[in-house]
Amino acid sequence: MVQIRIHGRGGQGVVTAAELLASSAFLDGLYAQAFPSFGVERSGAPIQSFVRLDKQPIITREQIYHPDILIIQDDSLLAEEEVLAGINKKSILIINSQSNPAELEKLLKNKINRNNIYSSPATAIALELLGKNLVNTVILGSFAQATELISIKSLMAAIADKFAGKGTEIINKNKDAVLKAYQYGKKA
Amino acid sequence: MPLNNKTQFIEGSRAISLTVANIRPDVVSAYPITPQTHIVEDLAQMKAGGKADFEYLRAESEFAAASIVVGAAAAGSRVYSATSSQGLILMMEVLYNAAGLRLPLVMTVANRAVGAPINIWNDHSDAMAMRDAGWLMLFAENHQEAVDFHVIAYKLAESHNLPVAINVDGFVLTHSYENVIIPGRQEIKKYLPAYKPAPGTYLNPQKPITLGGFFTPEHYWLEKKKLDEDIKRAASDLSRAYRDWKKILPSPISIKPKFDNGLIEYCGPNKPKTILIAMGSVAGTIKETLKTEKDTGLLKIRSFRPFPAQDLRRIIKNCPRIAVLEKAISAGAYGPLYSELIGSLPGYRGISSNHIIGLGGRDVSVATIKKIINSTGKAGLKFW
Repeated sequence: MVQIRIHGRGGQGVVTAAELLASSAFLDGLYAQAFPSFGVERSGAPIQSFVRLDKQPIITREQIYHPDILIIQDDSLLAEEEVLAGINKKSILIINSQSNPAELEKLLKNKINRNNIYSSPATAIALELLGKNLVNTVILGSFAQATELISIKSLMAAIADKFAGKGTEIINKNKDAVLKAYQYGKKA
Repeated sequence: MPLNNKTQFIEGSRAISLTVANIRPDVVSAYPITPQTHIVEDLAQMKAGGKADFEYLRAESEFAAASIVVGAAAAGSRVYSATSSQGLILMMEVLYNAAGLRLPLVMTVANRAVGAPINIWNDHSDAMAMRDAGWLMLFAENHQEAVDFHVIAYKLAESHNLPVAINVDGFVLTHSYENVIIPGRQEIKKYLPAYKPAPGTYLNPQKPITLGGFFTPEHYWLEKKKLDEDIKRAASDLSRAYRDWKKILPSPISIKPKFDNGLIEYCGPNKPKTILIAMGSVAGTIKETLKTEKDTGLLKIRSFRPFPAQDLRRIIKNCPRIAVLEKAISAGAYGPLYSELIGSLPGYRGISSNHIIGLGGRDVSVATIKKIINSTGKAGLKFW
């Protein structure tokens, strides 16, 4: 079982990110579970959501205290103590940040090895292709590239399904942004 | 709307609303309350979009919603409602009447704490407030059980003229996403034919009858006794209904229970040193915990009403330690589930303890369950 914790701020689509990630894994043939931290969501407040992936039905329902993978949608969240709770040297970090893995390793006081840190220029890509700083889908492109736990094809399908009501323009813009984040990671 | 049984990845609330739509009730009425809201919003949207043929009656309160479905059921309709917490409490008078009038209501309770203090998160305080109302009460561990129970509930309700509440943990199940198989209309119809109440049992202007007459002391107690007997009698039918349904809609499970009769499920060693007893979604986290606790078993109660006293007794009687984990209190006494269980175990000589967990949405972690297991050598009530 792989346990993923997503950190973001109210309004950044933290819960949607969990749903999309889990839906993609489901489309790839896995069992998946996604749930929010059930807080009262206030715009800008730190929010968490949780994803589990496995080859067999998932039974546990506790929140994720020891994540294998952390997704951080906004690097200002690193100031929050709870964001890094329960990580170990093997934990993988996917973070929306301008800093490179070596700089982030230093910032995190070596709590995560730089080889396990994936820095995603999600904000830059979102501003360029979506026209606003909405990174929840974009960072999943980096996730797909870094972890290979979900296929880019399923991620595209999950996005098309989730945003079906928002029209093809929004879907296509999100797909382009996700693909750019995915390809950026490949080059890096 | 899905007409096949392919696995889907959807929110728990959506799994329930799709299943309810495929069961094809005649009348739906509800008043929105967190965390039940997504279920009834979805049903209302299906109706508005022309994808469902039930009547959807908007109500000004939960009291009205419950009264509307009581009226519709009294007129011979298949009905559905859903609520949570304070909404369920506001329905209470109507809930007793639904059972006393022997009307086959089916209702989802998205379990939530009861104020004050105000709290929107999950526990079983609301469900425990209706335990004496005369309803059958089922508790779901996961999305699939929630889906299955809705179909089974209508089967039982309509064959026994009893109302059924399906309890699903608010947020934990209603707002989470997981793999689930939604039964199609055809599969459901095979198991649950269209509802045709017996002539003379429902309100019909062509053939007037009285429902809910006045009962004097000499008859009232007999009617109540009959309700008790009929609910107990529903136990064997629940067992059969569960078995028959799982033949139609089998679903993958990761831990095969040692014993499962639909009402209860036992997972664990043949001779456990400790048995944990629990209801609802926490059973999943307990099963995960027991992967590394080889001397401990889990007894999951699916049916709280009828209370499967005999089945529980058979599994528990020789176990040296039992621990009831429950998400409700009865202030000034032991927890409601613990009290009932102990009442069903005359002569039990082991150590029994009662653990109040998850109140108002407090997360129940594997670490907490391990601590509970380690504390079962001491009897009494503990809060975690």
